[in-house]
Order: sequence, then C-alpha cells, then structure tokens
Amino acid sequence: MNDALFDVIEVRAGVEAENDRYAAQVRDFTQKKGAFLINLMASPGAGKTSVLCRIIDALSAKYRIGVMEADMDADVDSHTVTAHGAKALQLRTGTSCHVDAKMMLFGLDCFKEPFPDVIILENVGNLVCPAEFDVGADLKLMILSVPEGDDKPLKYPLMFTVSDLMLINKIDTAPIFDFDIEKCKEHVRKLNPRMEVFPVSAKTENGMESFLLRLEALIEQTLAEKRKGAEK
Amino acid sequence: MIKVIELKRTVTDSNDRDAERLRRELKERGIFLINLMSAPGSGKTTLLSRTITDLSGKARIGVMEADIASDVDALKIDALGAESIQVHTDGMCHMDAGMTKSGLAGLETDVQIVFLENIGNLICPAEFDTGAHRNVMILSLPEGDDKPLKYPLMFQKCDALIITKMDAAPYFDFDLDAVKKRVRALNPMIRIFPLSAKTGDGMEAWENWLLNEWEKQKNA
Amino acid sequence: MHELGIVKHVIKTLHDVANENNVRRIGSVTLEVGEVSGVVLDQLVDCWNYFREKDPLVKGAPLFVERVPAVTFCTSCEKEYPTVAHGKTCPHCGSTETYLLKGNEFSIKQIEAEVNEDA
Repeated sequence: MNDALFDVIEVRAGVEAENDRYAAQVRDFTQKKGAFLINLMASPGAGKTSVLCRIIDALSAKYRIGVMEADMDADVDSHTVTAHGAKALQLRTGTSCHVDAKMMLFGLDCFKEPFPDVIILENVGNLVCPAEFDVGADLKLMILSVPEGDDKPLKYPLMFTVSDLMLINKIDTAPIFDFDIEKCKEHVRKLNPRMEVFPVSAKTENGMESFLLRLEALIEQTLAEKRKGAEK
Repeated sequence: MIKVIELKRTVTDSNDRDAERLRRELKERGIFLINLMSAPGSGKTTLLSRTITDLSGKARIGVMEADIASDVDALKIDALGAESIQVHTDGMCHMDAGMTKSGLAGLETDVQIVFLENIGNLICPAEFDTGAHRNVMILSLPEGDDKPLKYPLMFQKCDALIITKMDAAPYFDFDLDAVKKRVRALNPMIRIFPLSAKTGDGMEAWENWLLNEWEKQKNA
Repeated sequence: MHELGIVKHVIKTLHDVANENNVRRIGSVTLEVGEVSGVVLDQLVDCWNYFREKDPLVKGAPLFVERVPAVTFCTSCEKEYPTVAHGKTCPHCGSTETYLLKGNEFSIKQIEAEVNEDA
C-alpha cells in the first residue's frame, strides 16, 4: 500500500529519539531556572490565543510570564499576547507543522533576565504533528472546541493520549452543535484515564475559574519542587 | 567515475510527475478527483454526506478517507450508498500522489467523481500534489476569520473555498467580507462558497460549480 | 511531521535522476533553499541524516545547503530590497506594490555521483 522505498516508521522512531535527547536538555534548563513550561496544543481556531490571554490575565500578578508564539506567517497572536502583559517571542517555525525540542531549547535561550516563572508555548495549530514531539514541557495542555465535534479523540488519538489536561472550549455553543460532552469524555477516558477534562468558554469565562485554580495549583507544586531541587 | 550533475529540479519533482501522470490516467478512466482539505472538525463529512445525497442520480460518487486512525467517517459515507475506501497513512500528516494512486486501486464500483478527504491539517497537505483535478479547502465559521493570515499556502493552492457552518453566524464574531478580501488577496481566482450543510443554504452554488467543473474536465 | 515527508520526496526524486543518468551511487546532494521558502533546515538535515543510512543509493552522502537571500522588487520605484528586513513595504518609496523576486526556492541544485562505467 505504501510505496516508500524504506521504512518511514523506523526512521521516524530514530528522529523522535533524537528529539527526546533535546527534550531532556530542556527539562534540565527549566529545572535550573526554576521555571514551569506549558505546551499548548490545539487545532486551528479552537481558541488557543483566547485561552492563553485568560491564563495570562489570571496569573501575571503572581508570576512572570513568557510566551513563545509558533504560528506560521502572522504575528497576529504576538500583538494580542503582549497587550495582556506577557513577554512574547516569535519562533520562526517556517512552514513547519510542529515545534520540536531543539527549537524550544534555542527559544528558551532568547528570554532575557529576569527569566520568566511560567513559559507557555503556543504550538502550531495542528492536532497531528505536535503530539509526536515532546518539547520538554511540564504540562501538555490541549484544547478541543465544541464545533469540532465529540468524535475527535477517535480520529486523533495520539494528541489525546499524550496530553495531561484538556479544555473543551466554546462550551457556550454546545446547544447549537450536536456535541455530547459525556460521550467525548468517555472516548478520552478510554485513551487516557489520567487526563483531566474542563469544559469551558474562554469567551464568557464559564468554567474557567476551576481550570485556572487547578493550573495555579500545578504550577505552585512543580515550582516548589524545582526550586527545592535547585537549592540542594 | 565521479561526475557532478547540475539539476535545478524542485525537491518534489518526482511526486509532481507522478501527480500529472495520475491526473491523465484518471481522466482516461473517466474519474474526476477532488482533494478536500481542512482543519479537524470543519464539517468535511457532513458536507460530503449532504453533497452525495443531493447529487444522487446525477453522478456516481466515491470517497477516499485518508485518516490517521478510525473509520468513523467511512461508515457514515457507506450508509449513504456511496463507495468509500479507507487509507491509513501510517501517521504521515499528508497524502501524496503515490498514496492516492494506491488508495484508488481499492475502488470497486464504477465511480465518476471521487473525493479525497485529506488529513485534517491546514499545513502539510497543501504542499504535496495528490494528482487531484481540483483542490478544495473547507474553513468552518467557528474557526475564525483570521485563518487566511495564518495559513496562506493552503488558500493559495485551492481552486475553491467552502465556508461551512454559516448557520452558526449569530454565535461567533466572523467577518465574512474580511475573509473574502484576505483570501482574494492571496488568490484572486478562487471561488468562495459560504454555506450550511445542516440547513442546505448555499449548497446549490457549490454543487453547480462541482458539476460544471466536472463537465469542463471531461472536455479538457 | 513534514520535513520527513519532504526528505522522502527528495530521495524519490534522486532515484529518478539516478535512473536517467545511469548513476550507481550518490556522493553528495546540494540543495538550494530560499530564505523565505519556509523550510526548517535543522529538521530537514536531521531527517536526511536518518534516511541516508537506509538507502544504498545515498548512504553516507552529506547534504549541503546553499541559502538564497530573499529579495523583493518594487514596481513603483523599480528598486530591489531585502525581503526579511522590510516585508511587503518598499523602504525606498513606501509602496506596497511589491513582489518577491527570489528567496522562495527549494530545489536540488546538483549531485556528485558515481556513474556506471558501462556504455
């Protein structure tokens, strides 16, 4: 069926192993700096930037926040993010369909002191490729939006399997789309029993408080561990 | 003997030639192939289902589902009486001419129009010629009107753009005129079809274009 | 993951070239990559380094990249300028009636090859 001249799957495994080595370096770096790294992933149009702005608004009084923008051609998002008070870096990802750990490492090096406490990578809008590349994040946060449909976990299983926390965004539109929240949660549970799911609307703020409280708790806990480790 | 061979050949040259060959072969077989591209959840399958139902009696339709996993969509299409084949891409984020040709070999009935439902991804599929006669992109209203700014290549490569879920307009800030302007700046020749596969609004214009393009292709 | 897909296509194209030119083995490949072609060179080279070990035609062959700077031409004042620094707006006259002259290339420029001796 596949007319490849050689085994693409085998080569991919080699490339991904190389990426994992860089991801380990990213983890060392953020450990040393006492920083929390979030990899924010979703389809185009699921609401990454809106969610990102809500996170910045909620956390920027307590933490220094840095954002890495990895969107293809426009710096539309960078302007929005800076307006909310976070430092934004534009990663030149070209037409790449994902960010890898080597890019992340170079990007982290570009933040000036004082180094951010929390760094958020707004990954490329894509449910496929970003799931395959560990960038060394402390939290893999993904967004599925209601209009996309409740069967997405069946079609893009890897993304749902690797993520730690998932938002079902645009929940305010659930009445006009045939979106079955329980069915969606069940699909996710089968792939990834430890995934935490939060139905939210970044627009109306419905459900956002629970999510933001949880996020802050995760950040506090992890930063405390990292900074204790750095003192030793 | 060592030689330096000067080339100046595009990197996808081999695939491009396979794609041209496939286009010719399909024409001889009487098959009109359309490459459908979009982000996940844009409503490809709902649109196709409606199109198949509306065109029943006018054309025999087949659908090639390129999905990384799952046959959810293929089953829905089967239920409508159109032939559907599933192509799993082993995790590749796009289809190319070779994969399309292999996939098409699985067609059993005498289809006239075949839709290739490419992988749900706005980046990679635009870069590789599948051998289709027309490229059509689907953008859904909830995704937002800034997509042309962020994914220009996809909009540049397509012959037509379908904007789905127009019935959801009251609930989202979507500026249709802004989208049309942005898209035409990238691709002045592109045809734009705002519609709702749910209510049927706008479907006729899309289906007429499809049937017209099919006629043109037959006579080309 | 599409740099992987691109390398797969490069190697497929190289096989066509090898058949046309009676090539037994390829010693090196030189690509021309434009500054605004969007190619992520690191990923491309990483993928190449894996693929070349799997195919006897290109085994061990290094990939060289010639970068082509991006230049835009202004139709209003008919001057050229560097694309990355100024984008769509001409720094000489301020017009946006501009287009990309070069910098979008992504092609195989040349190969070093061992050709079969037979006639």
